[in-house]
Amino acid sequence: MKPPPFRYVAPRTVDDAVAALAEAGAGGKVLAGGQSLVPLLNMRLVTPSTIVDVNGVAGLDGIDVDDDAVVVGATVRHRDLERHDSAVAALPLLRQALELVAHPVIRNRGTVVGSLVHADPAAELPAVLALVGGAVVLAGPDGQREVSAPGCFRGAMEFDLRPGELAVAARFPRLPATTGTAFLELARRHGDYAMAGVCVAVDTTEADGDDPRNATVSGARAVFIGVSDTPTPVDLGSHLQGQSVTALDPAGAVEAARADLDPTTDIHATADYRRHLAGVLLARALVAAVAPTGTDGAVAA
Amino acid sequence: MSGSDGLAESTHAVTVTVNGARRTATVPARRLLSDFLRHDLGLTGTHVGCEHGVCGCCTVLLDGSAVRACLLLAVGVQGRAVTTIEGLAAEDGSLHPVQQAFHDHHGLQCGFCTPGFVLSACDFLADNPEPTSEEVREGMAGNLCRCTGYQNIATAVAAAAEVLRDRGMDPRERCPGGDEDAGAGSNARASLGATPNEAGTTGRGPDGSQAPPRGDGRDEVDQ
Repeated sequence: MKPPPFRYVAPRTVDDAVAALAEAGAGGKVLAGGQSLVPLLNMRLVTPSTIVDVNGVAGLDGIDVDDDAVVVGATVRHRDLERHDSAVAALPLLRQALELVAHPVIRNRGTVVGSLVHADPAAELPAVLALVGGAVVLAGPDGQREVSAPGCFRGAMEFDLRPGELAVAARFPRLPATTGTAFLELARRHGDYAMAGVCVAVDTTEADGDDPRNATVSGARAVFIGVSDTPTPVDLGSHLQGQSVTALDPAGAVEAARADLDPTTDIHATADYRRHLAGVLLARALVAAVAPTGTDGAVAA
Repeated sequence: MSGSDGLAESTHAVTVTVNGARRTATVPARRLLSDFLRHDLGLTGTHVGCEHGVCGCCTVLLDGSAVRACLLLAVGVQGRAVTTIEGLAAEDGSLHPVQQAFHDHHGLQCGFCTPGFVLSACDFLADNPEPTSEEVREGMAGNLCRCTGYQNIATAVAAAAEVLRDRGMDPRERCPGGDEDAGAGSNARASLGATPNEAGTTGRGPDGSQAPPRGDGRDEVDQ
């Protein structure tokens, strides 16, 4: 239960970090928050020859909010983003998801970008990136490139990251003000990995007047966690289009989504239970996303 | 120390401010912060349970935020400030309000999980000084206790919140002490080695000594 020996380097710039990874070759591993890597080290499930600690790399700790997106640097902690009011106002789904990520003590240290690149199929943030069509910026020996979600999630725990590349930022595009979101999941214990979860984005159009209760649904997407290897957006628009936001009937969308799910059985839950649970959570999330507080940027408690 | 496969294991002089005192030790890069505190600095109040971030026993404050010491490399916290369970009680031995509340409300039995619970609670209550009972349960959900059944822990955290509010205290700071009620008890505690006579407050310089005085590694709630 102690990490194996490794070489440790703590570069100060992205260029130095990329150079350190190149020098380390196949045995190099990036350490940011370490909330997934260090357990793996302690259990000796990974035995890197070199750890490249990027916590001291300049310029990676920023959260930038502009008209189009929220851009999060590689050393931004879950907690930093969760508490960043303008980022949360720009994309309420971020806080809706971050509140569900592990426990506060883990969120104090774990990083947003690290969660994405770790690509755990039960993790919340890959689902968010997939739902909003975001991207991760990678720095490598040949310069920078951007990989887009959901394609960047290649498989369970498998991200489109080439040897020697360092994820430097994630870009979460903002959604229109008329799009409501919600993230719901169920875990045995608050903060544990969910048995199933779902995040949804529901587009609405104003009908007549200024009253948001007159709006109808014009589109809907969902991404499930814990029930598939990768976060894959499911288009549910055809099942919900034209419905009133105050009397949403999610039954058709739930039935269609369940039919597409192929979860696995493990010690925490059977496949059937997970499929059932995913549907129940989807129904609740769709209703929550179009509730008047969900469409005006306010975050539902 | 040499590593496997001819890989030379690098060592690093790590200096961390622990409970207000600068402490230095030379350790291999793979030294976890939990082991750095216990083995290299002799502060055994930080307990090690699962060593993969699940149980919460090793929770400490890093620059005021609760973190799992078993999920941090000591070399990675170079120059930062760490608060352990030894850094909460006052100089005169009077317990920190969170410690006192665990004592008063029987929030511990064997005590193994207690340092982690107390430090998690300190961060939680700094963030949410007036929690509902539901929020207390969620806030403490990251720590495991196999004795108490959690009821008394939840009661203790809620009670501590009230005391902290009354005293206007930041729960992440060392208790200022001067509690008249603790007068008689403080001598007894000192004789039990509970007085937090850590370097920072008694002038142990940043000499890198690896021989901390015995006794400062224990605490009332650390059995």
